Amino acid sequence: MADEQKLFKVTIDNITVEVAPGTTILNAARLIGGDIVPPAMCYYSKLQGSGGKCRTCLVKVTKGSEADPRPMPKLVASCRTTVMDGMEVANITSPEVVDARKSIVEFLLINHPLDCPVCDQAGECHLQDLSYEHGVSATRYEFKRRTFDKVDLGDHIKLHMTRCILCYRCVFTADQLTDKREHGILGRGDHSEISTYIEQNLDNDFIGNVIDVCPVGALTDKTFRFKNRVWFLKPVDAHRDCENPKCCGKTVLWMRGDEVFRVTARKDQYGEVEAYICDTCRFEKKETSDWVIEGPRKINRHSVISQGHYVGMVKPQETIVKVMDGRAPKLLMDIHRVSEVNRPEIDLSKIEGPAHSDDFKINGVHPQ
Amino acid sequence: MVQFSEEKLNKVKEIIARYPDGKQKSALLPVLHLAQETFNGWLSSDTMDYVASLLQLEPIEVYEVATFYSMYNLKPVGKYVFEVCQTGPCMLRGSDDIIAYIKQTLGINVGETTADGLFTLKTVECLGACGYAPMMQVGKHYREHLTPAKVDEIIAELRAAQ
Amino acid sequence: MGRKLLLDKAHIPGIRYYDTYKGNGGYAAAEKALKGMTPDQVLDEVKKSGLRGRGGAGFPTGMKWSFIAKPEGVPRYLVCNADESEPGTFKDRYLMEFIPHALIEGLIISSYTLGANTCYIYIRGEYAWIPEILEEAIADAKKNGWLGKNILGSGFDLEIYVQRGAGAYICGEETALIESLEGKRGNPRIKPPFPAVKGLWQSPTVVNNVETLAAVVPILNIGGEEYAKIGIGKSTGTKLISACGNINKPGVYEIEMNISVEEFIYSEEYCGGIPNGKRLKACIPGGSSVPILPANLLFKTAKGETRMMTYESLADGGFLTGTAMGSGGFIVLDEDQCIVKNTLTFARFYRHESCGQCSPCREGTGWMEKLLKNIDSGRGKMSDIDLLWDIQRKIEGNTICPLGDAAAWPVAAAIRHFRDEFEWHITHPEEAQARNYGLAHYADPREIAVPA
Ligand SMILES: Cc1cc2nc3c(=O)[nH]c(=O)nc-3n(C[C@H](O)[C@H](O)[C@H](O)COP(=O)(O)O)c2cc1C
Ligand code: SF4
Ligand code: SF4
Ligand code: FES
Ligand code: FES
Repeated sequence: MADEQKLFKVTIDNITVEVAPGTTILNAARLIGGDIVPPAMCYYSKLQGSGGKCRTCLVKVTKGSEADPRPMPKLVASCRTTVMDGMEVANITSPEVVDARKSIVEFLLINHPLDCPVCDQAGECHLQDLSYEHGVSATRYEFKRRTFDKVDLGDHIKLHMTRCILCYRCVFTADQLTDKREHGILGRGDHSEISTYIEQNLDNDFIGNVIDVCPVGALTDKTFRFKNRVWFLKPVDAHRDCENPKCCGKTVLWMRGDEVFRVTARKDQYGEVEAYICDTCRFEKKETSDWVIEGPRKINRHSVISQGHYVGMVKPQETIVKVMDGRAPKLLMDIHRVSEVNRPEIDLSKIEGPAHSDDFKINGVHPQ
Repeated sequence: MVQFSEEKLNKVKEIIARYPDGKQKSALLPVLHLAQETFNGWLSSDTMDYVASLLQLEPIEVYEVATFYSMYNLKPVGKYVFEVCQTGPCMLRGSDDIIAYIKQTLGINVGETTADGLFTLKTVECLGACGYAPMMQVGKHYREHLTPAKVDEIIAELRAAQ
Repeated sequence: MGRKLLLDKAHIPGIRYYDTYKGNGGYAAAEKALKGMTPDQVLDEVKKSGLRGRGGAGFPTGMKWSFIAKPEGVPRYLVCNADESEPGTFKDRYLMEFIPHALIEGLIISSYTLGANTCYIYIRGEYAWIPEILEEAIADAKKNGWLGKNILGSGFDLEIYVQRGAGAYICGEETALIESLEGKRGNPRIKPPFPAVKGLWQSPTVVNNVETLAAVVPILNIGGEEYAKIGIGKSTGTKLISACGNINKPGVYEIEMNISVEEFIYSEEYCGGIPNGKRLKACIPGGSSVPILPANLLFKTAKGETRMMTYESLADGGFLTGTAMGSGGFIVLDEDQCIVKNTLTFARFYRHESCGQCSPCREGTGWMEKLLKNIDSGRGKMSDIDLLWDIQRKIEGNTICPLGDAAAWPVAAAIRHFRDEFEWHITHPEEAQARNYGLAHYADPREIAVPA
């Protein structure tokens, strides 16, 4: 059977692909690639049980299958719905989906601090990308936003709960990657929070991976915080012979000149880590001499960081304005307004040596 | 030290026996109820850690559950907690007035405890007694068809029980 | 007098206890099933009866039971949903408190039918005194050979356990209930898989409401066909209605599903009319989640037919001009009641009860509550009404479990039918603090406007 497994045909936004039974709509869409891939804020292919919660990946099933062509009555979470043979799905071609996604983005943002200018994740935040691509331009929420105090989860990790979107990824990570989970979701409903309940260090060989899986700036690397904006840094692929048998030792170093500012796992185009790394590699190996540098990292996620025009970047396909009914994607927050660096006319890879804020001056002054 | 009596430990064993082998986590809600009853009406982090050890769970699993359900008190409360229902059907029959009357009589706000540590006032959502509204829960039991006079009686009765 | 099947013996003193229950014909149905029928024969009777789930959704029970997976060597479970937390609903409590053996007997027959050897009654934690009543009934039933090993020599084993919740409406949703029973947070699961395939501890599980399971007893006693003759169309048998709000005689009533809504509210047999000569303004006939109807749509459907206390007639007109049977939590509002305030308490309820897993429900319920609070306290803006409409529309259908829908519908229906009252609150902020909008024209038949 292994060789002759029957594949299912699924059509997403009029593009047909054949996939193995059991594949989700989202993963089928990822096989096609480009604009028709639904955004996923909570699903993480490497974490069992993840997905279904954020609802950003909702799509419309216009035809259930060849055998039962009835459409599904409600929008479904593409990350948790498996394809049937002959299924037809509308994502960006469905005004209903586009509209629902816009509202999901609005829901995710009503209590979000929108503090991108001071957030470490700015430039590589999935929520920023999501609102940029699918959001509406103004908020209709006129109430005080929910806030939480920042807390240290030990020496290496900072939790800024106010920014959390409760995707549960970090909880799954701690459950599935570490020996003993010490943090979790406390409270219920709109006052749920990620916490340790009693002040406690998260102390585990692999807990640092929660930083990489967090789609927003809720869990950040304290050894890096505020030292630099990511777009000042040049990412390079590097590796070392890690003593920890579970660690792949393959990382990305975020460098400026010869200095290593931050170490992360390598991420694919959907922002998912390719393989997890241990806390020693992440937090303690901050010398160039610790690493074998392979060369510049390709950042090919369609993201605000990729606007830094890194060498060898794969340019994302532009949103097909035609299938979006002629509507251009709206900007919730124009990155160029909050960041002086991220200007389209400046190509980071062309700057000699490390980028410096002086390189972004317009006629000798910092732009406002 | 947080420690159940022999009798309560037997109760815990009996609860665990209701579930298949290895599913002792199912006993968490009932054992937390038992712990709250035993240790002054609330769950301290020591109590929760103790429950975690009894059921072989990580403490975080207990915190996650204890903070989800509204009946577990995570802070000390008065000896008697007045949990007044304020949802639609009770509101239609005057629960707002009852809440106001209790506040005035006890001189406390919602969420507060009287200085003598006897009474705590809480508002809660529908308790499944809508036909006997307005109502409140005090300890294990429901007090229904409340009027100011009846509230006075209940307060007097509980004070007398001291 | 309508026929009573569940509460027919409720007036007998001591019916709570085994001897009295048994002495009055109790456990006859269990005996009939276990001694003389195969599980499939019992299932057939339940199918013939047309019994529909009494927990809210009204799904045919026989069909639900036939979906249970039967893999070899894997235990099956029956879980009785006694979480009863939908505002307006307090009927299961009545059954468990006063006639616990009716439920136990129903559980025995149902477990036998499903091939479940363990059954859990998941009861809301606030009903703190009822577990003892149930446990006593279980112990007495066991003493008399109705539980345990090889019951009545049938070869069938059964144990029933009572599990207390701890304050969470969401644990009434069947997958959240299962999670809670596993000792976890009450987060609904993402379906599929459905509980009938992977439920409690990943084993096939059926979750049914207390009343549904108790109704199996009279069905076996009188036969499925006889049961199906009661009521109208697909609304067969009798239904417990818990009536509350502004009526003379709040309480739990058993009705044959063949009386009109008007009769239910005004007859002496049931609610006994509205106190103090007040007039009816609105009614929420199936618990807080179902659409509120103004009086002018309650007694007659939009088509001009008499509205009956049946699943179909209550739902006649869909969400535009109809409502639903829901859980049978019948809430009556008289002319002095404020729709905005009532809607606000429901919005607060759903915000409080959202598990917080999915973003539309977690964020949307709180937003709606805040807007309603503003309108209620005279700080609302006209645009808030459309915003509320838009938020509820965006929650509905986009969430993991139906709590999102349940939170959206009351707001939608209140705006749909009582928009004038919302607007009046905004245009008369001070007056609205001093008096209620009153009956206005809601009692009179008129065109139904649908918000844009
Ligand atoms: C938010 C929510 C709360 C619910 N609460 C209850 C409840 O308290 N009692 C109940 O029997 N069913 C409740 N239900 C319905 C159950 O999910 C399930 O459909 C029911 O127990 C099935 O039993 P039935 O077929 O006998 O009605 C609830 C559903 C939802 C979505
Ligand atoms: S902290 Fe980050 S990873 Fe964890 S739940 Fe929140 S958003 Fe998700
Ligand atoms: S709809 Fe609400 S209650 Fe249901 S899973 Fe989502 S957040 Fe939880
Ligand atoms: S990615 Fe599918 S629901 Fe979050
Ligand atoms: S509304 Fe108060 S008990 Fe139901």
